[in-house]
Amino acid sequence: MTRELHSFPGGLQMPTFKTLSDQEMSILHPLPERLILPLQQHIGIPSQPCVSIGDKVLKGQTIARAFGYVSVPMHASTSGKIIDIGDYPVPHPSELKAPCIVIESDGEDKLFDIRPTNEYASVDPKELQDVIRECGIIGLGGAGFPAHVKLNEGVENAVDTLIINGVECEPYITCDDRLIQEKASYVVAGTRMIRHAVQAKHCVIAVEEDMPAAYAELEKLIDDDIELVKVPTRYPAGGEKQLIQVLTGKEVPSGGLPIHAGIVMHNVATAAAVFRAVTRGEPVISRYVTVTGLVEKSRNLQVLLGTTVKDCIKACNFEADENCRVILGGPMMGMHVTNPDVPVIKTTNCILVQENIPRLPEMPCIRCGNCVDVCPVNLLPQQLYWFAKTDNTEASQRHHIFDCIECGCCSYVCPSNIPLVQYYRYGKSQIAAEERRRDGADHASARFAARNERLQKDEREKQSVKEEKRIANQKEDKQSYINAAVERSKAKRALNKKTLEDTNKDD
Amino acid sequence: MEQGAFIIVIPMIACLLAWLMMPFDFRTNTTLRKRALVERLNALLPQTQCGKCSYDGCQPYAEAIASGKADINNCPPGGDETIRNISTLLGRDMKKLESEHEQQLQQHVVLIDEQICIGCVKCINACPVDAIIGAAKQMHTVISKACTGCELCIAPCPVDCISLVPVNVEIKKWVWTKPQPEFEVST
Amino acid sequence: MTEQFISSPHKHDGSSVSVMMFRVCLALLPGLLAYVWFFGAGILIQCMLAVGFAIAIEYLMLKMRKRPVELFLKDGSAIVTGLLFALCLSPFTNWWITLSGIAFAIIIAKHLYGGLGYNPFNPAMAGYVFVLLCFPAQMNSWPASPEVANTSPALSDYISIIFSNGDSSLDALSGATALSQMKSQLGMMNMVSEIRIEPMFGHFAGAGWEWISIGFMLGGIGLLVLRVIKWQIPLAVLISMLGISMIFNTYDSDVYASPLFHLCSGGTLLCAFFIATDPVTASTTPFGRLLYGCLIGVLAYIIRCWGAYPDGIAFAVLLANACVPVIDHYTRPKVVGEVGS
Repeated sequence: MTRELHSFPGGLQMPTFKTLSDQEMSILHPLPERLILPLQQHIGIPSQPCVSIGDKVLKGQTIARAFGYVSVPMHASTSGKIIDIGDYPVPHPSELKAPCIVIESDGEDKLFDIRPTNEYASVDPKELQDVIRECGIIGLGGAGFPAHVKLNEGVENAVDTLIINGVECEPYITCDDRLIQEKASYVVAGTRMIRHAVQAKHCVIAVEEDMPAAYAELEKLIDDDIELVKVPTRYPAGGEKQLIQVLTGKEVPSGGLPIHAGIVMHNVATAAAVFRAVTRGEPVISRYVTVTGLVEKSRNLQVLLGTTVKDCIKACNFEADENCRVILGGPMMGMHVTNPDVPVIKTTNCILVQENIPRLPEMPCIRCGNCVDVCPVNLLPQQLYWFAKTDNTEASQRHHIFDCIECGCCSYVCPSNIPLVQYYRYGKSQIAAEERRRDGADHASARFAARNERLQKDEREKQSVKEEKRIANQKEDKQSYINAAVERSKAKRALNKKTLEDTNKDD
Repeated sequence: MEQGAFIIVIPMIACLLAWLMMPFDFRTNTTLRKRALVERLNALLPQTQCGKCSYDGCQPYAEAIASGKADINNCPPGGDETIRNISTLLGRDMKKLESEHEQQLQQHVVLIDEQICIGCVKCINACPVDAIIGAAKQMHTVISKACTGCELCIAPCPVDCISLVPVNVEIKKWVWTKPQPEFEVST
Repeated sequence: MTEQFISSPHKHDGSSVSVMMFRVCLALLPGLLAYVWFFGAGILIQCMLAVGFAIAIEYLMLKMRKRPVELFLKDGSAIVTGLLFALCLSPFTNWWITLSGIAFAIIIAKHLYGGLGYNPFNPAMAGYVFVLLCFPAQMNSWPASPEVANTSPALSDYISIIFSNGDSSLDALSGATALSQMKSQLGMMNMVSEIRIEPMFGHFAGAGWEWISIGFMLGGIGLLVLRVIKWQIPLAVLISMLGISMIFNTYDSDVYASPLFHLCSGGTLLCAFFIATDPVTASTTPFGRLLYGCLIGVLAYIIRCWGAYPDGIAFAVLLANACVPVIDHYTRPKVVGEVGS
């Protein structure tokens, strides 16, 4: 059975550079002395530490708990001592520090008592989700969205198709390719588990056309229950919305989620992690990372989370100097890191070392429209650029700036060398900041109004109390005057009476 | 005959064009027109309620601008951005900030040194947004989420235990920098 | 490790404005060669003059506006403006007309609007329309067809005419263009079939001129292949011009010339591939480009047939430029996943 493939607008054909690393067997990266684990490696609310400095932890032990629904716990990547809980550099474009837990390895790598879930097929999907959540599984493809949230959508909505995304469309990255080649059985078994957890009608594993070895490995293992599809190599075919469009022809509604089109999508690495979590109770503590580019030996490493980027580059016989640009992720969407001491986190799929060629000077937009032709979501990048540049947030939103997936195709083809994606990121964060400011202002003015009202009420109350008192005082005066008068007349009468009596007695 | 056709056709084309151009002119936007001017002005002000404009709060200042009593450039916390927004709204020229206070580029909040605080309630009475809690002879503290950084509480404090601190940039609230192209920089 | 944070993407396809402009210049070569073949090297002098003036004025304007001079001179936009402007002029045009036209194009139509990327009107066309309106007599003496004049003017003739004031040899060498001849003869109630047998007309349009036009088309197709220009605009210009001329030609072939005549005469092909496709002033949405191209084709035909000027391409381009904001606003493509309108 072959699935009819559709197409998405725009996109790019470009050199993939995958052969640098896709033939090489992955190796286990040696245990580092120190591991830095950021509390936020996922989208949502940061985890809350549940250990304190000085505690001894074992490999796989929960060291931070999920906080809120869109959050996952975090586990120790190796056994050792917690030496610090504080702010460290993390992979983030702001280059700001963020809360991390630092573990000093004791070198024993002793495993925590973990328990497998037997016979997943007989387990309630809800329960399976809890297992997945407890093992800290998030979207390992790069977005980092907690996996259990996506699975829960499946329980609450009818899922037509589960798509397991093995389409690694960015150049250089081969970690999913290697993972499938080396652990195809994990991927396929994990896929079946996810399918059970979301109760999907159909299930598709998609790989790219230029991943023949991975395709062959998967083909050996799947039965009729799973479709295996080869997707034409075109960037960004592996983007969530793009892949859905290619495989089903459906468009994910603007601002909506795949589930609104009846689809749940997970990465192949997530599927493998689910398999480990369910069959062995093993949490996410390591991952495949492609180290490639200028490095002497491009290959995939199985890295413990928290290992520094510098260590990984060193493991490939390379020392990054000032002529290099280190990028976490691929060349199109990856994040430039200026500090090599940032750790590998759950969403780090690739460490790309590039020559640091300075960007050519930005020229004015000549409206050539090359960006329009390559945009995979049919935006008008040249208009968005203009709106972002002039801080016209209202027009940006009208032109759907939030539908931009930041794939970088527009910047790639721009003859004026405009960093378009940066403009859109600026525009988006500016809109968010404005919203926060407005919320803050609304909050302040509401409080101001409430206070004024309260002060007025106090004032009014004071006034009325005074008034009452005054009236009451006046009343009292009258009464006492009357009383006094009565008293006086009484006394007079009494006196008169007495005088009368006395006179009578005298008589 | 031909002339007659032109008399009909030309105004029709003109009307069509005018209708097509409608979205380009915000003044014809009826939803905006309906809202009272004061309300729109007030929405542009930062709502710090600091009184640095010499009015008792943002709303009174908005009223003063609307009635022509105050100029548009007296709001230091809002700074250039607020002035620009107001000038666009009123169709006036952009002006420079005119105030004895300086424009604050970063958001600030106040902090009470709880070791020194004597619990005099003076700051509580000064705060326009009720962001300080405490009672007489009890230690006071600031709800930093509600503090607008208006500085009104600093002067009344008899022991000078209130200080202004910049709000830390968190990753979540971080804003990307806008690229600054070389060609826009005058040589 | 580099200090300065750089936003993704970290790769680029290597395209640049200067490469685009350079390719446009190269693509003009076939037409230019044909021009030299039929009418001598005068056009080359005209091109050099226009390009020289354009670069000089661009330099001055950048200095005055305190913009990075090297960056903007390297982009080559002034060269393209100069070349296109020169190709619209008669090779006999006096140098000071060229200068004033270029000055108007670069100073008023380009830099006063903000320079490269900010001009709403095509600078070359604005400059051309400026001189066309100001010096109509000067603009109407074109080299006579080789069939009529037997020889093409020598380089020395061109130099003396361009740099002198009212050279007497001009009358002997100049003649009407196919479009103006057609227009004036039709005005005298002659039929198209009668006019077409005059020796100045070739296979489809003016003898010689038709091949120059085809040369420009070849260059333009090269640009299409290299994706420097988008296919929608040339296609729309040509189809609309063909369509409307076909309608009128079928209606009365004695009064309205054939579609091929309109396509190959005047500036139709040069405009379709080089002028209308100027990205800065054209519509940028895919459907908008089609509308924009059609507008140019139709307007040019209307001006040719019923207007006061023999060719209406330049006016059509400027009028269409003025419509671009509205066209762009109403032709925004539907974003993937967009619901409703």
